[in-house]
Amino acid sequence: MRRTALVLTASAPEGRASELAQFPSAVPAPHPPPVSLPSPTAAPGFAMGNVPSAVKHCLSYQQLLREHLWIGDSVAGALDPAQTSVLTNLHCFQPDVCGFSVSLAGSVACIHWETSQLSGLPEFVKIVEVGPRDGLQNEKVIVPTDIKIEFINRLSQTGLSVIEVTSFVSSRWVPQMADHTEVMKGIHQYPGVRYPVLTPNLQGFHRAVAAGATEISVFGAASESFSKKNINCSIEESMGKFEEVVKSARHMNIPARGYVSCALGCPYEGSITPQKVTEVSKRLYGMGCYEISLGDTIGVGTPGSMKRMLESVMKEIPPGALAVHCHDTYGQALANILTALQMGINVVDSAVSGLGGCPYAKGASGNVATEDLVYMLNGLGLNTGVNLYKVMEAGDFICKAVNKTTNSKVAQASFNA
Amino acid sequence: MVSRLILFIFIFLASHLAWHGRGTRNLNGERLGVEPASEVTAEGRGRGLAHQTSRRSGGAQLDCRWGFWAKMAAMRKALPRRLVGLASLRAVSTSSMGTLPKRVKIVEVGPRDGLQNEKNIVSTPVKIKLIDMLSEAGLSVIETTSFVSPKWVPQMGDHTEVLKGIQKFPGINYPVLTPNLKGFEAAVAAGAKEVAIFGAASELFTKKNINCSIEESFQRFDAILKAAQSANISVRGYVSCALGCPYEGKISPAKVAEVTKKLYSMGCYEISLGDTIGVGTPGIMKDMLSAVMQEVPLAALAVHCHDTYGQALANTLMALQMGVSVVDSSVAGLGGCPYAQGASGNLATEDLVYMLEGLGIHTDSPVLSHLGERSVDPQIPSFPTPRCHGREGAGNRWGWLHWQPHGAGAAGGRLLACGHRQLP
Repeated sequence: MRRTALVLTASAPEGRASELAQFPSAVPAPHPPPVSLPSPTAAPGFAMGNVPSAVKHCLSYQQLLREHLWIGDSVAGALDPAQTSVLTNLHCFQPDVCGFSVSLAGSVACIHWETSQLSGLPEFVKIVEVGPRDGLQNEKVIVPTDIKIEFINRLSQTGLSVIEVTSFVSSRWVPQMADHTEVMKGIHQYPGVRYPVLTPNLQGFHRAVAAGATEISVFGAASESFSKKNINCSIEESMGKFEEVVKSARHMNIPARGYVSCALGCPYEGSITPQKVTEVSKRLYGMGCYEISLGDTIGVGTPGSMKRMLESVMKEIPPGALAVHCHDTYGQALANILTALQMGINVVDSAVSGLGGCPYAKGASGNVATEDLVYMLNGLGLNTGVNLYKVMEAGDFICKAVNKTTNSKVAQASFNA
Repeated sequence: MVSRLILFIFIFLASHLAWHGRGTRNLNGERLGVEPASEVTAEGRGRGLAHQTSRRSGGAQLDCRWGFWAKMAAMRKALPRRLVGLASLRAVSTSSMGTLPKRVKIVEVGPRDGLQNEKNIVSTPVKIKLIDMLSEAGLSVIETTSFVSPKWVPQMGDHTEVLKGIQKFPGINYPVLTPNLKGFEAAVAAGAKEVAIFGAASELFTKKNINCSIEESFQRFDAILKAAQSANISVRGYVSCALGCPYEGKISPAKVAEVTKKLYSMGCYEISLGDTIGVGTPGIMKDMLSAVMQEVPLAALAVHCHDTYGQALANTLMALQMGVSVVDSSVAGLGGCPYAQGASGNLATEDLVYMLEGLGIHTDSPVLSHLGERSVDPQIPSFPTPRCHGREGAGNRWGWLHWQPHGAGAAGGRLLACGHRQLP
């Protein structure tokens, strides 16, 4: 009996097949024999309790390719030969079955399934990729400059419109970012993509401009203790420094983005009141930052605290000028981001492969993974302009370079771990 | 005087409407949890024992069954707030965020769904120890094992020994999976008081999983349900592939609703809707639940999300926003995904509890701290703990619950039973 393995619905955006794509079950193989003695390396029994592990016939990856069902919503363009060649690098983990294809198919299928427009969600979400900066800065391994440049160049081709490149901070404090000038000068700056850099002070700002930066960021914090320990000055003093930087930036027509760390909690002070976050955000916005990214620096926030914080901040700053920067230390990132989206925020920071750990919780994960975020946004039917597969490839590249396992669940499910 | 009376009547009516609206409407403003007509009756359910549906989301409790005076008393108490809060209440109930339940029941599936999907076969004493630890943690439902042939699922080969060997704490349910009558009988003989049956919303999945169509599977389940009814044993139903199927791809919400309704009407007290391969996202979860809620009361629904694509917690949050108050999860996120090697499996109980506690939602497990402990017993293997757990610094193993920032003194906050201090 022929079955529909994957269905595109009429709600598919323009640019891809609008009719329902019906195709037969992937593999017309005979029903596999039951497994009498599972081998030690066989996949475990099926989750539902009584299926032999050999039963894996599923959506065929090759079939999907043939049907050009990779064409994603906001995924740019049709599958071209270049994409195909890269995709074939994703090898099947079980040669006799196409199990891995299912997971890929699953993720692809998710992109193409009829998506529900949840009421109140923005139509377009801008993703700010912070992997090269926030991610790599927190990795133990210091990545060579050429790898960083290659990494950023790959990210530039994924459809991401903002990629935070590096940090013009003293190499004494952050050795991972010591090659900031070389990286900034070495990357290929694609048209339509912005490459902000972190500039904690005027000195860093001038260096950044000299190296060709056209956008900068400044980092405030909603916690006095954190500010003191992080940049060795009070919030008030830090605002003074940032004011100089932002003023200079405005003078040179360079947009400045503001960050507020510890928006949902501080490793030193504990709970942070929404009012404090609002106060700091307002200061940064008032001095000229075009966007304020509210960071759950240690990932302790939950949807409730996210909601309360945003409610407070949104009284003073328009939602269009706000972003959220969630860390996944306690696995709460996507739930927190969903809450932020429901409240009208449409800019989200993330890092490919979930790069970066948490300096306050050894072994913990870091930023929310761009792949997982894009997966969710695609499933929600929100436009991002980002090609999930290319992001996964970039993630695969950097993980191999850094010799670490990806923190992205989507990548884990799609690649041979 | 008259104008005051009119004002009073207006306030009463408005608050009455708002009260009923709160927590019992879905995101589109439609009423939720409407009991289907008389088709769903106690007799159809086959329930003998007290079941878990007594726990309902906070808002849904306040319905027409309240006496008039009770309502008046509540209204009087709430009136000053209500006057200013009406608009915001309505806004919350109809906004995209929904109203969260006040209390969530967690169904721990680690020992069954989790261990069944682990590569290593865990020894019986270790399984028993795990389940005992989970019982001590305060979870109210712990799915213990699966009475399925070891030929198919060798990880569950010791089902009888495990069920007989665990300590059965009062107030805790220990359901077991019983795919057929033979398994059911073996389970009952081993002392099971609650069983679970697994349906699916996908024909192809059912065919490949249990080698029959969905309709035929209902016939098998009917036999189990009838036997369970006469033995006064509760039956929980599962619907697999609720958000997607590894063989068919997209699954229509209508199909899920149809299968759910059938299981519910056959007598399952609760239906757990499973995102078997974890492909779902919050929008798809919402669509599916919207369809199912038209057919089955909200209080009888649970969600069972897999974290294969990292979406489990976000999907669970969406389900909570829609009023679902029962969530399945697995300690340490045990279990992989047979369809994606290297992928993660179930939603981790720790991550779920963390979110619920942060949302101020009551769970059954005040002392979940013990779950995350590295076991002092060397026999217990180091289960892969969720990546979310830090080991040092501010993010200690229970983070928010027992979070003590660097340098913070012991003053302030309340002392928890486990000895840690919760910040004020």
